This record gives sequence, C-alpha cells and structure tokens, in this order.
Amino acid sequence: MKASLDELSRPSRHFRTVRFDFVSFFFTGLTGLATFLILAILAVILANILFNGLPGLSWRFVSTIPKKDFFDPATTGVLPMIIGTTFRVLVMTLFVIPVGVTTAVYLTEYAPASALVTRIIRAAVNNLAGVPSIVFGLFGLGFFINFLGRNLDALLHNPGPVWGQPALIWASLTLAVMTLPVVIVATEESLKAIPPGLREASLALGATKLETILKIVLPQALPGILTGGILAVSRAAGEVAPILFTGVAYYMASLPHRLNDQFMDLGYHVFVLSTQSPDIEKTRSILFATVVVLLLLTFTLNFVAVLIRSRVRKKLRSLA
Amino acid sequence: MAQIVLPKVTIPASSSVTSTAPGNELIGIHNLSLFYGNARALKDISLSIRERLVTAFIGPSGCGKSTLLRCLNRMNDLIDGVRIEGGVHIGGHNINDPDVDVIELRKRVGMVFQKSNPFPKSIYDNVAYGLRLQGMKARSDLDAAVEVSLSAAALWDEVKDRLHGSALGLSGGQQQRLCIARAIAVKPEIILMDEPASALDPIATSRIEDLILELKKNFTIVIVTHNMQQAARVSDHTAFFYMGELVEFGATSKIFTSPGQKRTEDYVTGRFG
Repeated sequence: MKASLDELSRPSRHFRTVRFDFVSFFFTGLTGLATFLILAILAVILANILFNGLPGLSWRFVSTIPKKDFFDPATTGVLPMIIGTTFRVLVMTLFVIPVGVTTAVYLTEYAPASALVTRIIRAAVNNLAGVPSIVFGLFGLGFFINFLGRNLDALLHNPGPVWGQPALIWASLTLAVMTLPVVIVATEESLKAIPPGLREASLALGATKLETILKIVLPQALPGILTGGILAVSRAAGEVAPILFTGVAYYMASLPHRLNDQFMDLGYHVFVLSTQSPDIEKTRSILFATVVVLLLLTFTLNFVAVLIRSRVRKKLRSLA
Repeated sequence: MAQIVLPKVTIPASSSVTSTAPGNELIGIHNLSLFYGNARALKDISLSIRERLVTAFIGPSGCGKSTLLRCLNRMNDLIDGVRIEGGVHIGGHNINDPDVDVIELRKRVGMVFQKSNPFPKSIYDNVAYGLRLQGMKARSDLDAAVEVSLSAAALWDEVKDRLHGSALGLSGGQQQRLCIARAIAVKPEIILMDEPASALDPIATSRIEDLILELKKNFTIVIVTHNMQQAARVSDHTAFFYMGELVEFGATSKIFTSPGQKRTEDYVTGRFG
C-alpha cells in the first residue's frame, strides 16, 4: 500500500498528452454546428418576416374591420382576424383544460395502472397526438357539425341551420380535441411528480380519495397543468387545418359575437392573402404584416399563460 | 355505503370518567395472513394490542412489520393485488368487514410515516387539515385545536410565532412532530408509527421518544422500529417478526432480557438482522 502511494506521488508522473483528439473535436464541432444551424434558420425566418412585415404594420391596420375587398394595403385591417383567433383559442382552453385534467386524474389516480383498459387509453391518447391536423378538421366537420349540430337543430326545431354549420364553437372544440393529448400528458407528468407520501398522509387523516385529489394533489399539480395549457395554446394558435371546415370564414362584415357565428382567422387570412390576391406584389406588405400580428398574438397568449403560471408557482412556493 | 358502523370504544382521549386501566385489549389480530398476489407476506398472525400502552413491532427488513401496521388502518387497501385473510378487531369489531367505513376507521386510527410528510401548506393548515375535513369551520375552534395538538406534540413553543409560515421550513424532527400533531388533532384512539425516527438525528429521535411516552397516557401506540434500543426504551410490549411470521410476542422486558426463542435472542442481541 505504502509503496503504491509513493509511486502515485512520484514527480515524474505527468498526465499531459500531445496527441490531438480529433474525434472529440469533430463531434463537439458537429453538435455545435447543428445547434447553430437551427438558430440561424430561426433568425432568418424572423428577420425576413420582420423586415417585410413591419412597414405594413400600423395602429390602423390592427384596429380596422376591412371591407369585402381586403387586398388594398391602404384601407385593409386585421381586427376581425385578431378577435377570431383569440376567441377560438380561449374557447378551446375552456374545454381542453377541464377535460384533459379530468382524464389525467382518472389515468393516474383511479385507473388500475397495469390493466389492459388503461394501457389502451394511454395508447389512444398517444396516437391522438400523431393524427394529422387536417384529419381533426374532417372529424370536426363530421362529428360536431353534421352530427351534433344538425341533431341539435332538429331537437330545437330550428327552421334553418343554427348549430349545424361551421361556427366558432365547433372550431374551438375541434382544436380542443386536437390539443387534448398535450394537456393530458403534461398533467399526468405533474401528478406523477407529487410524492405518494402526501396522498397517504391525507388518506390516513380520514380524507376521501376525492378530498385528497382536490385539496392536496391538484393544487400541487397546477403549474404542470398550466404548462399543458401553454403548450396547447401555442399549438392551436397557428393551426389552420382543423378550423378550415369547422368555422373559419373567408370574409365577414362584422365581428363574431355568438358561439355559433363564423369567424375570420389570422392563419387562414395569411393563406388567403398569399393565394387569392389579384396583385401579389401589392399585397406583400399586408401579407407579412398579418404574419407579424399572428406571431405577436401567439407570443402574447403564451406570455399571459406563463405569467399566470409564475404567479401560481410563487404562491405555492410561499406556502411550501 | 353504510355509515360508521364501528362501535364506539370507551377510550376517551383525556377524560378520566370512563377510562379504564391501561391494558385492556383494544386491537385483536386473529390469524391474519396477507398476500401480495400469490406471495404470502404475513403468515397467520395473532396478537393482542392493549390500550394506552406502546406496542413495538421489531424484526429485520422485509419481515412484514410495516405491512402488519398498515393492516391496522387499512392503508394496504391502496395497493393493488393485496388479499387479506383473518381478522383485525378494533374494539371488538372486524375492520375488514365490508360494511366498515374505512374513512371513519382512519379517523380513529391515526398514522405517522417513516418519512415526515407535511403538506406543502402552513403549519396551521397542516394541523387543521383533518379537522376541516370533519367540517370544523369556526376560527376559534380551529385555533384552539391547533394549539392543543401542537402542544401535545411538544412543538407549540417552537412554532407559535410562525403558525402561518410554511411547514416545509421546519427541521426534520420538527416536521415529524408536526405530523404527530396533525395525526392527534383528529383525536384518534390509536396512533400507528412507522419508523417515525429513522430519518432523524439522535437528539430529534430522543424528543420523539419522550413524546411517545407522553402520548401513551392518552393514546394507544403501535410503533414499528429498526432500532432495538428504541423499542426497549419506549414500548411496553414487543412483537418480533421474521419472514412474515410472528416469532415472539410479550412484555418488552422479557423479549429483551429472557426471550423464549433462539431467533429472538439472536436478533435482539444483534447477531443477525
């Protein structure tokens, strides 16, 4: 033992190498390059949009309800699209959060973990996340409008289609179905992260399972639930395909003010401006300005959600 | 579901009127076996736990002592695939009967866990949690109950100035005493303690032990412990388990000084385990 210790401390030992480690250098460079590439692409996209879009942006542009011919940069505006996109996202949130959270609570707290049914439900949720968004659009048309809406009309003896037509509510519900997996998975993760000891402590004090979930589990899971909400909002705000058949309008003279009104939408309006314009050069500025507005709106919705989450976190931490 | 069918046992927490001498049987475990799937974790256990005494369960890891403890307030219900044979009678009533309200049972049989698990709430809200569940709303009632419970858990003087501060700001030993206060706030008759001091330093441990000796004046205590000295110090009766079987049960002094079984002697003298 003593001899080996002496050996180790012998001054002749040195750990320096003169060999250049080419493999390490190569892979470090490669990972750095890949990261840089992503950042560069993002920067180019943003710079392009801002460079082309900012000149067309003005208070008049975001606060004007355009006339039927909305291709004239001098008179057009995007107020109805801002309202429409905001509302379809908010209404979606009202549906997707309660349904998603309830499902996640069932899966983590109630469903027997290893049962076949539970595994099937989990697989279904994961598969739902992989379905192309246009398929959700067709589902919304078939289920919400043709089935739910029309039957509702028949039930209420409406003379014409009131619910059995594309509408804000159906577009929002379609988006809610699409973003359901995001909320379910985020909520499940945060429920699983709660120490089982807290549940046991509550039950051992004579709390029912429901009381334990409502008073101990869900308050702790709130930040995770909000994360799910943020992800859902981000995904839904820019989606066009699911609302294509379920509620978006090419043009409306007035703002939507009922749940069964159709609505105009920023994402869809970008598509319209870029494909239906009689003079693509002339409308380029408002096309890009609309994209800037869409990005700003998405960021704003996200920002508000993040703000709410950080307040909840702060409140939990002050108690915890 | 049938409401509370457990008969009221005459174990008033602090009244001296109807209190009987310590030592009457309060929990009777009769031929209890417990299976996880096909594996038998507890084998045909019978023992009698007497009121307002401290009964210690000792034995090597995996011997079933914690599992047995959790049979006494049916916490094993939470685990999938657990099957129980035989009976646990509390106050003469089998708590495994289908008409027993397990919520009511757990109010009468409190539990303190190995790892202190205060809720991420204020100290006050932790103690008040069980009381609020039972519908206590009036501020004055809650205030009084919180003070009594914290005092009984020897924690009041340390926390009275920060009742509305976070429970997670307390030290490990204080957290465990808070969990004891939380358990006794709902006025159980029995307190189950699952290695309550195993994560604490010697000073905090000795405070918990002092507390147990104080609490047994009013409560029946069953404690699982790995610490032989602890069992010797705090308990009146000791049950030694090995491989899911009850090897020996008797007065603590007898188990530790003249055990009847070779295996018990080997364990308590530190030859195995």
